[in-house]
Amino acid sequence: MSTATLDKVEADSAASPYITVTFRVRRFNPEVSDEVTWQDFEVEIDPKERVLDGLHKIKWDVDGSLTFRRSCAHGICGSDAMRINGKNRLACKTLIKDLNPSKPITVEPIKGLTVLKDLVVDMEPFFQAYRDVMPFLITKGNEPTRERLQSAEDRERFDDTTKCILCAACTSSCPVFWNDGQYFGPAAIVNAHRFIFDSRDEAGEQRLEILNDKDGVWRCRTTFNCTDACPRGIEVTKAIQEVKRALITRRF
Amino acid sequence: MSAETTPATAAAADASRFGVDNPAPVIEAPRKRTKKSPKTTRTNFELYGWLFMRLSGIVLVVLVLGHLLIQLVLDGGVSKIGFAFVAGRWASPFWQAWDLVMLWLAMLHGANGLRTVINDYAERATTRFWLKNLLYAATVFTVLLGTLVIFTFDPNIR
Repeated sequence: MSTATLDKVEADSAASPYITVTFRVRRFNPEVSDEVTWQDFEVEIDPKERVLDGLHKIKWDVDGSLTFRRSCAHGICGSDAMRINGKNRLACKTLIKDLNPSKPITVEPIKGLTVLKDLVVDMEPFFQAYRDVMPFLITKGNEPTRERLQSAEDRERFDDTTKCILCAACTSSCPVFWNDGQYFGPAAIVNAHRFIFDSRDEAGEQRLEILNDKDGVWRCRTTFNCTDACPRGIEVTKAIQEVKRALITRRF
Repeated sequence: MSAETTPATAAAADASRFGVDNPAPVIEAPRKRTKKSPKTTRTNFELYGWLFMRLSGIVLVVLVLGHLLIQLVLDGGVSKIGFAFVAGRWASPFWQAWDLVMLWLAMLHGANGLRTVINDYAERATTRFWLKNLLYAATVFTVLLGTLVIFTFDPNIR
């Protein structure tokens, strides 16, 4: 009676979903050489899996020395931002089938930050810029005995920029940041935006003053690389432009 | 013979050069934020520069397109331009003011644009310094020379 269905299931499971994908990984190990090399790995993988799964297969089964960061592996922690096929993305949110697996998939560390080993970069300049914009609530006066209330409209004003996971995909895609690393970078401005437009916060002026400096928002060239790179879909360039507008309307 | 062995020995030397205890130097971020990084200036220079680019751009669209139309299209086109034509236009204070404003706005607009290009593309601090000095010198020279000519223009010069 149900043999036809069973046969179909068996036929489906017999046909392997796995395909062979070549990962072309940019390797750098300071304990071996000061030269960077590209290494190809051929991996049997289901195209519905992610690039991170491919990297796991390489690290666990092929070459244990491959070094990369990942924590939650589900697009929330922001540890595994890397340059995949020339675009900054999270390896844990990039499916193989979306990448044209018939060609080698290039995996590089994000640009503009010092490479420490393989895909691991020194994030310190990135976090320094983040700390510089004071990404915490600053208020005056006595602390209220209950929570600080806010209307839904006031919350909506900065909703987009609360989504940032600090993965550095935007900052390391910014050509102005690549040049000298002095520019605050999109991520720091996004996180300043989150507090500048928060009705409960009272240090917006201070943050605007910080971003008004010569390496602040005025170095933005609106190339939209950051908006394209953001794995959370934050409209980063729009947030930067809103900070610019706030600076101009404050002045005039 | 020696040419063949050189790469091999170089590679061997390279392999022995770095190890767990003496790792290769990593490429530093070009200018990592350090204690020596420039301090905040707390001026509005970049704000005014950004605003100037937008406003002067709008004015320049009118000035430059009008200028090109008058010089190249209307009334016989480019062939009519000569000493007499320029002398005739500059007899009017309106065209003097038009050319003066266009000169200043175009030069400052272009210079500020090139300044940001140099800031974005010059990698070393000394390159940046000299390129900007060259730019500022050229700008000041052109603006002053143009202003001088507009104000002291003598149609009866021989």
